[in-house]
Amino acid sequence: MTALPPKSDVKLGLVIDLDTCVGCHACVVSCKGWNTENYGAPLSDQDAYGENPSGTFLNRVHSYEVQPEQGAAQTIHFPKSCLHCEDAPCVTVCPTGASYKRAEDGIVLVNEDACIGCGLCAWACPYGARELDQAAGVMKKCTLCVDRIYNENLPEEDREPACVRTCPAGARHFGDLGDAESDVSKLVQERGGMDLMPELGTKPVNKYLPPRPKDQGNEIDILAPLLAPIATETSGFLGWLDRTLEKI
Amino acid sequence: MHPAPSVILFSVLSGLGFGMLAWLGIGKPPMTGMFAFVFFFIAYALSVGGLLSATFHLGNPKNSLKAFSQWRTSWLSREGCCAVAALMIMGIYAIGAIFFETHWVIIGGIGAILSIVTVFTTSMIYAQLKTVPRWNHWTTPVLFVSLSVFGGALMTGQVTVAMYGFVVVGLIQVIAWFTSDNRFASSGSTIETATGLGNIGKVRMFEPPHTGTNYLLKEMVYVIGRKHAAKLRLLAIILMVVIPVLMLGMGAQHGVKAIVAVFSHLVGVFASRWLFFAEAEHVVGLYYGKRG
Repeated sequence: MTALPPKSDVKLGLVIDLDTCVGCHACVVSCKGWNTENYGAPLSDQDAYGENPSGTFLNRVHSYEVQPEQGAAQTIHFPKSCLHCEDAPCVTVCPTGASYKRAEDGIVLVNEDACIGCGLCAWACPYGARELDQAAGVMKKCTLCVDRIYNENLPEEDREPACVRTCPAGARHFGDLGDAESDVSKLVQERGGMDLMPELGTKPVNKYLPPRPKDQGNEIDILAPLLAPIATETSGFLGWLDRTLEKI
Repeated sequence: MHPAPSVILFSVLSGLGFGMLAWLGIGKPPMTGMFAFVFFFIAYALSVGGLLSATFHLGNPKNSLKAFSQWRTSWLSREGCCAVAALMIMGIYAIGAIFFETHWVIIGGIGAILSIVTVFTTSMIYAQLKTVPRWNHWTTPVLFVSLSVFGGALMTGQVTVAMYGFVVVGLIQVIAWFTSDNRFASSGSTIETATGLGNIGKVRMFEPPHTGTNYLLKEMVYVIGRKHAAKLRLLAIILMVVIPVLMLGMGAQHGVKAIVAVFSHLVGVFASRWLFFAEAEHVVGLYYGKRG
C-alpha cells in the first residue's frame, strides 16, 4: 500500500559530513558494486565502453564551488542518495503499491515485482534519488543496504550500508535518527545537521553536516617572500638554454 | 521535462476522446443507430488509443493491472480506475443508443461525469508535483479539463458552445503560460537550498557527478527547444484556438471548415502539450546547476 505508514520511532538513515568528504567517489563504486549483485535487478550500464556511457547509480557525488562574500572560494563534495524522507512524495504517487516506506525502520523501498516503470516516483522526488533502470525497466533506488544491515551472515562490522563501510574519510555515518541518544543524532545536534530543500516539506531523514568554518585564506605564509621570482631576465647557462630552445 | 511522444499523444487524444464521451453521455448530439455508432467509434478510438499509447511509456508494462490498486493515494491509479469506469459505463450507454435507439439518461450522465473526472485525474498527475513548479498550480487542471470539454464540443458538432468555449480555453492557456514563467524562481528552491550551502556563499556547480548523461538528465533536465518557446506558443494558440474559432464563426457544422477546425485544433493542442512538458523545469536540475 502506498499510503505512508504511521510515524515510526525508528528512523534509519545516513549522516553525511560535507566537511570531511574528499570527493573520491569510493561510496559510488561500493554502492554500485554491492547493489548490482544483491537486492533486485542489477544496476545496468548502457554503452559502457562506447562513446556515450550511462548507467544506473543509487548514489552520486556532485562537487560545488561556494564563493563567500569575502575570501577564497571553497570546493565542497556532495554525495547524494535517497534521503528516506518521512513525508516521501515518491511513495504516495505510486499507482501500484510498488514504492513503499517500511513502518518498522522508515526505509523507502521499491518492490520490483509490482513496479510498472512509469517513472512518476522519480518525478515526485526533488533529489534525483531514483533512476529507472534502462535494462530492467524498473525503478532503482538506495535501499540503505537493507540486505546488509540486518544480515547475520556478515561479520558485525559489515552490517552497515556499503557506502558507509567503504568511506575512507569517515564522512558517512549510519544509524537511527529517531533515537535522540544515538551517535548519529548527537552528531547532527553537535554539528547543526541540515535538511536538503526543506521548503518542499519532504522531511528527509538523512542529514547533511555543513562544512566547518574555514580560515579566510588571506594570510600569506611567512616563507612567501622567499619564493618571489628574483631574476626577470634569464642569464648564464639557463639563459643560454632558454634562448637556444626558443630558436629550435 | 522530457516531452515523451507517447505521453503527449495519450494526454491529447484521450482528453479529446473523453470530452466527446462527456457530450455524447448527456445526449448531445441526440443520435441513435448508425450515426451514434460513428460518434462513439471516434470517441473510443481517441480515448482507448490514447490510453494504449500511454502504456508505451512504461518500462515494465506487465504489471499494469496492479496500477488500479492505489486509488486512495495515487492520482495515476485514480486515472486508471476512472478511465476504465468511464469507458465501461459509456459502453453500456452506447449500446442503448446504437442498438435500442434509446438514451439511458442516468447511465449517460454518470458516464459523462466519469469522463470529465478522468481528464481531471490526468491533469492532477502533473499538478500535484511540487518538484515541477510550473505544473503545480490550479491552471493545470483547468486547462486540461476545459480543453477536453470544448474539444469534445467541437468533435460532437456543438458549434456555438465550442466557439465560445475556445475563447475561454485561449484565455486560460495564456494565463497558464504567463503566470507559470516565473513560478520556478518564486518557488523558493535554489541551488543554495538544494545543497544547504547558501549560508556560506553563492553556490555553483563545480563538477557534475558523472561525465556522461543519465536517466535524471534525460527525463527531468530537458532543455532542448526552449529557445523557440515564444514562437511555438504563438503557433499553438493560433492553431488551437484562433483558426477553429474563425471556422466555427463562419458556421463550420460540416464540410471543409469543420475538418479544418478539427485538425487545426488538434495540431495546436499537440504543440501546447509539447510545450507543457518541454518548458517544465524540475527542481533536480538545481543539483546539476541547470536552473537559473
